[in-house]
Amino acid sequence: MLQLVDLRVKYGNIEVLHGINLEVKEGEIVTILGANGAGKSTTLLTISGLVKPASGAVYYHKTSLHKRPPHKVVEAGIAHVPEGRRIFGTLTVQENLNLGAFTCRDAGRIRKTQEWIYELFPVLAERRNQLAGTLSGGEQQMLAIGRGLMSHPKILLLDEPSLGLAPLLVKTIFQTIQEINQSGGVTIVLVEQNARAALKLAHRGYVLEVGNIVLEDTAQGLLANSDVQKAYLGGG
Amino acid sequence: MEEFFQQLTNGLAVGGIYALIALGYTMVYGVLKLINFAHGDLFTIGSYLGLTLLTSLSLADRLGPAAGVLVLAVMVMGLVAVVGALLERVAYRPLRQSPRLSAVVSALGASIFFSNALMLIYGARFQVYPQGILPKVAVNIFGLDVPLVRILILAASVLMMLALYFFIQKTRIGTAIRAAAIDQDAARLMGIDVDRVILFVFLIGPALGGVAGLMVGLHYGQINFTMGWIYGLKAFTAAILGGIGNIPGAMVGGILLGVVEALGAAYLSMAWKDAIAFGVLIFILIVRPTGLLGERVAEKV
Repeated sequence: MLQLVDLRVKYGNIEVLHGINLEVKEGEIVTILGANGAGKSTTLLTISGLVKPASGAVYYHKTSLHKRPPHKVVEAGIAHVPEGRRIFGTLTVQENLNLGAFTCRDAGRIRKTQEWIYELFPVLAERRNQLAGTLSGGEQQMLAIGRGLMSHPKILLLDEPSLGLAPLLVKTIFQTIQEINQSGGVTIVLVEQNARAALKLAHRGYVLEVGNIVLEDTAQGLLANSDVQKAYLGGG
Repeated sequence: MEEFFQQLTNGLAVGGIYALIALGYTMVYGVLKLINFAHGDLFTIGSYLGLTLLTSLSLADRLGPAAGVLVLAVMVMGLVAVVGALLERVAYRPLRQSPRLSAVVSALGASIFFSNALMLIYGARFQVYPQGILPKVAVNIFGLDVPLVRILILAASVLMMLALYFFIQKTRIGTAIRAAAIDQDAARLMGIDVDRVILFVFLIGPALGGVAGLMVGLHYGQINFTMGWIYGLKAFTAAILGGIGNIPGAMVGGILLGVVEALGAAYLSMAWKDAIAFGVLIFILIVRPTGLLGERVAEKV
């Protein structure tokens, strides 16, 4: 459904992705693991069009995405929940969700999606008229995910959803991600530093090291891989 | 007491004009974090276009004063909006990825270009608006004779500000403008075409600034190609006073500045008018560096 082909990305003169190939099939949760600066976020930013590749291509259902501006990528059905959440702090929770539905003009569908999001995250419903900047970190992450879902995406790109959250909250968020995938039917690309949690959730995974994909396997395969255990799972 | 209320209504009318211009500064700053130094000249262009249309089409004779001025205002707004959009296209869009200072220099260049173009076309001398477009009558409010023009200016600017506020708060494009002002990339990820948002800002701001130019022409009767500089500076002050980037702030700042300036000029000295205006700015910035309505929301990490 989504395919990255020999994707190279440069910031100025520095190449940060050295030609990566990656594929996501419909209904999957695919995780991208890697250390800081490996190029995980850049990969997602290139898919959503905020960063333009130097060469290579991004295909979505055989149509190329990499030449489209970000808002066209959202219209095509790919929503990106960025690193650091990037919610609109001076707007209310409800306004943030409305913005998530910016590309959708079907009021009935928006209402249905919103009900679903309030079911997934009841705390957002309680706080719908509160300014988003006053929410706790965990609530902001829920809002960021909810806002991403408001566009009714086929693919949801999640960048470090567990960043800075308490372990208990991480568990809740990851359960909800699974629910979004299973009952919502949304394909998910998950970038995570918390490799163990991500692999438990995912069907398949890629390991990114300084701009190259060094490993690609099923989630079980990666969990059992001794290199992965050493580098990312704290085992040895 | 009569003197006080006369100066108050005068200040409110001038304040309305400042506020209309200030909105253009604050909206552009909000989305692009750029001070559009050419904005004062768009205001001047509005007053000159108003003069040309007024004399060449003789709208007031054909449609009567009320409808004539209304049609004239709409035409001026439309034309200056187009100039604003062209300005963005030519002077700012090519520099979108450049350091912010480049755009500021480009803005200053555009300002010089506009004021000199006006001088070449219309000449360096003051131009005079035809007299008697709006009937020179006074309206009696609580025993006070207030010139009709003042009331019309205040009413028109308040009406336009309310319309703008409603537009920004309630419409789809308005919400997109607010989102882009907070975080452009996040707005893009919501599916908002930020280039279009910027275009809209460069249509609305110049339209309001242009109609303010027309108001000055109708009110004072005299216009000059350099007047955009001082009006622009005052309106910029008003925008900072209210909190730059904040739309209600520009409205409050403009009105406040107009009133303080008028009262100061009346009771202290006419010569101190500008000093008072900038003195207020300095005072507010010392007490509240973010401006009167500038917001400070702590980002939770």
